[in-house]
Amino acid sequence: MKTSNLMKGAALGALLASAAAIVPAAAQETIYFSNNAYRTGPFSGSGIPIGDGMRDYITMINERDGGVNGVKIVYEECETGYDTKKSIECYEQVKSKTIVYSPWSTGATLAAIPRAHVDKLPILSMAYGLSASADGTNFPWVFIPPLTYWDGASLMVKHMAAELGGLDKLKGKKLGLIHLDAPFGKEPIPVLESLAKKYGFELKLYPVAAADMQNQGSLWLSIRRDRPDFLYNQGWGAMNPTAVKEAVKNNFPISKLVGVWWAGGDDDARAGGPEAKGYKSLNFNAAGQNFPVIQDILKFVVEKGKSTTPKEKVGENLYNRGVYNSMLVVEAIRTAQKLTGKKVINPEDMRRGLESLNVDEARLKEIGMAGFASPVKISCADHSGHHKAYVAEWDGTKWTQKGEWIEPMKDEVRPLIEANAKDYVEKAGNWPKRAESCEKSS
Amino acid sequence: MSDLATTRPAPNPLANPWIRAGLILAAAVAAILLGAQLDSSGTLYAVFIDPFQQMIQAPDLLVQTIWEGLVSGVLYALIALGFVLIFKASGVFNFAQGIMVVFAALTLVGLYEKGVPAFLAVIITLGVMFALAVTIERVVLRPLVNQPDIILFMATFGITYFLIGFGESLFGGNPKQMIAEQLFLPKGAIDLPILGGLVSLQKIDIAAAVIASLMIALLALFFQYTRIGRALRAVADSHKAALSVGISLNQIWVIVWFTAGIVALITGIMWGARSDVSFALEIVALKALPVLILGGFTSIPGAIVGGLIIGIGEKLGEFYWGPLVGGGIESWLAYFIALGFLLFRPQGLFGDKIIERI
Repeated sequence: MKTSNLMKGAALGALLASAAAIVPAAAQETIYFSNNAYRTGPFSGSGIPIGDGMRDYITMINERDGGVNGVKIVYEECETGYDTKKSIECYEQVKSKTIVYSPWSTGATLAAIPRAHVDKLPILSMAYGLSASADGTNFPWVFIPPLTYWDGASLMVKHMAAELGGLDKLKGKKLGLIHLDAPFGKEPIPVLESLAKKYGFELKLYPVAAADMQNQGSLWLSIRRDRPDFLYNQGWGAMNPTAVKEAVKNNFPISKLVGVWWAGGDDDARAGGPEAKGYKSLNFNAAGQNFPVIQDILKFVVEKGKSTTPKEKVGENLYNRGVYNSMLVVEAIRTAQKLTGKKVINPEDMRRGLESLNVDEARLKEIGMAGFASPVKISCADHSGHHKAYVAEWDGTKWTQKGEWIEPMKDEVRPLIEANAKDYVEKAGNWPKRAESCEKSS
Repeated sequence: MSDLATTRPAPNPLANPWIRAGLILAAAVAAILLGAQLDSSGTLYAVFIDPFQQMIQAPDLLVQTIWEGLVSGVLYALIALGFVLIFKASGVFNFAQGIMVVFAALTLVGLYEKGVPAFLAVIITLGVMFALAVTIERVVLRPLVNQPDIILFMATFGITYFLIGFGESLFGGNPKQMIAEQLFLPKGAIDLPILGGLVSLQKIDIAAAVIASLMIALLALFFQYTRIGRALRAVADSHKAALSVGISLNQIWVIVWFTAGIVALITGIMWGARSDVSFALEIVALKALPVLILGGFTSIPGAIVGGLIIGIGEKLGEFYWGPLVGGGIESWLAYFIALGFLLFRPQGLFGDKIIERI
């Protein structure tokens, strides 16, 4: 007995000693960034490529440049399974460590917004989350570049008008919205309703309960009955490939089915087989490997075995979306370092960095992303920027850009955002008044 | 004595379920007649008149809706059967049935991706499901013989979480395409011009309906007329009594869990071909829950009839009445239908009336 206790003690001692040996290494100058991921559960089909893209870009920056201005980024994932409850746990776990909270779900963003304003932790919800949070005056800690779901909805209407030959041709047409019956899915409804009233088209809603994501038979029968002229798909996870398959099955003209940017996964479209050719999706990043940034990821990360993604999946649409999200994080860190003169920044600095973020054409070229995305600029009052997007088309094997980058209807969306933000703040009761001063540059 | 007989209170006519059903029907007819008096914008009109008018005006859509409901119904029935068999044999609701669907489908597709020919992959998958049944019997059920049912029920939660983790570590969380073509499942549709419209029957749906029906028939016959079937029913009645007459509980458990595995594989192939193979399929199996409530947990015909009623009922409800409340009612409507039936038959359509003496 005694010897075994001795052995145990020795083992424990060795363990502690080795842990102690690790600590100094971790204490070197680093920035910690935690990202909510879902590599498991019903939404993993969308979550995996995004998580891979995010991680690989950060790894590439660490490997190629030795971090941001010499400070390495410690990247960790917190697995949520796209479950809001688990996202909140993740928030609580990382709030004292991470420089920015990356919720990766609209439900998680909604839950985190009130907390983050108390904890003073910036939230970067890239093109998802609460559209009204684009109002920086009321939501100083939330950032929603490059555009919001409401911009997406207005882009869908613009696209519809372009296909029909003008906004005046919208009158009497029917637009169907297939949406996940969850906060994410319902986001575009107010803008679509307001635009429907203005331009005289009819809006039909087709909610899909999460339990019926793969059981959309009767929904598509309703679509067959209602004969909408266009369908906008605000879907996520297993809902998207099912919708594409059902559209093909029900002979709905696939070119009239347009997904929000999250319905533009390669696996989503691939599920429809050859008939899915012509399926469309809004997009704000390019797909493919023909960009210096993706080549660098291949060279420094994937080919060195430091990625979990198979090589052929690099450059898929959602993978590149993840790369884009990480680029925003890295550029905001860089901006914060410049603003504060510090190398290792804290969440307060990160908030300033995000608020002064300005990635112009020249900068995009420098970081190997020319043509990959449109320039992004965030200001003190405008935490989104309402930037351009384009309509992507599935050509049977990959996503291609169809048409030009188009501007959302900012004049329609912005007043709604401000009104809605005011409403949110009023309903919240004692919402903290913005105390953070604006940077001179923004 | 005769005095006593005359003073007995008259039976309450409302206690008779048929009278109650008749009253409700009469109320519905009255409401329809009342609705007809209303203008075409009223709520009553929208609930009681408009859907039926739609059915008459576009009979092709009605046929199509019923067909979709029938196909889902047959598939629900098949899933429900997996539950019923295990419930009969072990007295537990097998919470792991959903994940077994995912696990079977992932094994099949995963093997194919590793280069195993499609049909060999099916056979190996069946082997895996058998091994799983044996393992569950050895590791989970055998040590729990004669424990309260709730313990066994909790054990199926354990199996679920184990299979989620095991499946994810083996196959990853990526969605995969079902190898429908490689298994010679038909593609495309048959368009039938019916009643002045077009009814489009997907060949894969026809195949699903036929295969699932065959499966159900085979299982029903097997468990009704074979020695093992009788043993199963004996086990269902009492573990102890069955053991005392020499029925091997272990053998029966392996057989029913393996059968549930086969059912899971077929369900996985059919639903997987309709969307994709991912962990989201797990939820589909829970669609069987209202079917079980309706059909009774212990009845094979109950699972079949219940599946069809739920399948057709929810599709008709969603299609014709869903728009009134903004759609998306399918998932709770199934439970609603089941509850409606329970009002009249608390033990389910074909369930055993359990009389417990205190």
